[in-house]
Amino acid sequence: MTADPTTCTGRGPGDPAPGLSVEDLSFSYGDRRALDRIGFACPPGRFTALLGPNGAGKSTLFALLTRLFTSRSGRIRIGGADLSRSPRRALAAMGIVFQQPTLDLDLTVRQNLTYFAALHGISGRDARLRIAECLDRLGMAERARERARDLNGGHRRRTELARALLHRPTVLLCDEPTVGLDAASRSAIVDHVHDLAAWGLTVLWATHLTDEVRHDDHLLILHRGRILRDGRASEICGGATISETLLRLTEAGS
Amino acid sequence: MTWVTALLAIVAREALRFAHQRERFLAALVRPLVWLLVFAAGFRAALGLSIIPPYQTYITYETYIVPGLCGMILLFNGMQSSLSLVYDREMGSMRLLLTAPLPRWWLLVSKLVASTAISILQVYAFLAIAWIFGIEMAAWGYVAVLPALAVSGVMLGALGLALSSFVKQLENFAGVMNFVIFPMFFLSSALYPLWKMAESSPLLRDVCTANPFTHAVELIRFALYLQFNAAALAWTGLAAAAFLAMALWGYDPARGLVRRKG
Repeated sequence: MTADPTTCTGRGPGDPAPGLSVEDLSFSYGDRRALDRIGFACPPGRFTALLGPNGAGKSTLFALLTRLFTSRSGRIRIGGADLSRSPRRALAAMGIVFQQPTLDLDLTVRQNLTYFAALHGISGRDARLRIAECLDRLGMAERARERARDLNGGHRRRTELARALLHRPTVLLCDEPTVGLDAASRSAIVDHVHDLAAWGLTVLWATHLTDEVRHDDHLLILHRGRILRDGRASEICGGATISETLLRLTEAGS
Repeated sequence: MTWVTALLAIVAREALRFAHQRERFLAALVRPLVWLLVFAAGFRAALGLSIIPPYQTYITYETYIVPGLCGMILLFNGMQSSLSLVYDREMGSMRLLLTAPLPRWWLLVSKLVASTAISILQVYAFLAIAWIFGIEMAAWGYVAVLPALAVSGVMLGALGLALSSFVKQLENFAGVMNFVIFPMFFLSSALYPLWKMAESSPLLRDVCTANPFTHAVELIRFALYLQFNAAALAWTGLAAAAFLAMALWGYDPARGLVRRKG
């Protein structure tokens, strides 16, 4: 994967766009509270890691951020737009890599991307150019004609990442995108998304894997539907490792 | 323009998926052909048909059931696309669609238009094979039936869409087959005229009359004979609107797409 992602993000370093903010957001499944009045802000042009063990509420939060669920309480702003008042503007501003694979396995890589581009109103020559650029950036240009079914897990994820960047979003949401990948693929994707953040994209990256978080990342620790810590990873951890810090906080919160 | 681009992309995707699933196309054709060439041949002698509108002369039983079998293709396809929607939801591609920056109702209507277009193609393939076997309609009947197929296809597709929002898992789909497809098909005028049904049970005739599938079949039947059945159109249209409203409610984000704990 190439380090310079300007053609996909449409921005350069030091040129951040509005980020993402959540205020007083709650959500319940029946009687069970999945998110309890959480609030945080992802600074523009930063990599924000949302770290939490399984069942912390990360997927619920992502379902709310992507408007698959809605909540009567709280407020979500994405790329300068209020998700409940201007959902189309907010959705247009975000690129999403879901935890579940969302490629159509019977279609080729290019067909998958063309379909997605059209859902965002991009077609014809513009779509072809953007697809070529994004695939090139992610080292997938040679696989454009392969069916998604024939790709390995790492290449499928790269395709999904290329797809999420096609419409040049200002905010990138990644919900545990490295699940099931080998170490090399995982590292390549984590590095690339860090590079995207360095070039101005606001990134919210949900994970339960501490080695995906760097010490200068913005870190949110989510546990049992509540934000336990919000700040620079190095400041939250002090001298300890991120893994030790997570264990200490979640055991204390249990 | 964005809306039209998205609609065309959704239709193109359905068409591509369909092209990759030749077995599905064959199955969709074989089912009504078995009814036409085997069942109808056997029942021809057993069932006497009187002259009822839109027919102006005695017809063979094979001719009678052709509109019902067109309806059958639309019905099975509506359910099939519903099944694929549940699959899409489980596989995640539904998420991709629902997070597109377009109104959700438009995305769902686009999905409906796409599945109806595929169904109509299959109906025409069936009508062509029926024609080869000597069951011919008036030439303009093949044109006139197109809007009737579209309305009926949208109605049955909307039913499938509504069901897909309530059916939680693929495994539950057998229940849909038992409780939706079979009663809808058999309790209709697809295989026997309603007056024939009334001879054995007036209650069953009333149930058949209330079944929107009956009206879809009659709409198709009349259109094939270049006649317009306003009542059938009104009932089919009303049912389509009701099923679509249910589907939109079912996919309302306030209800949650899949309220899984996570």
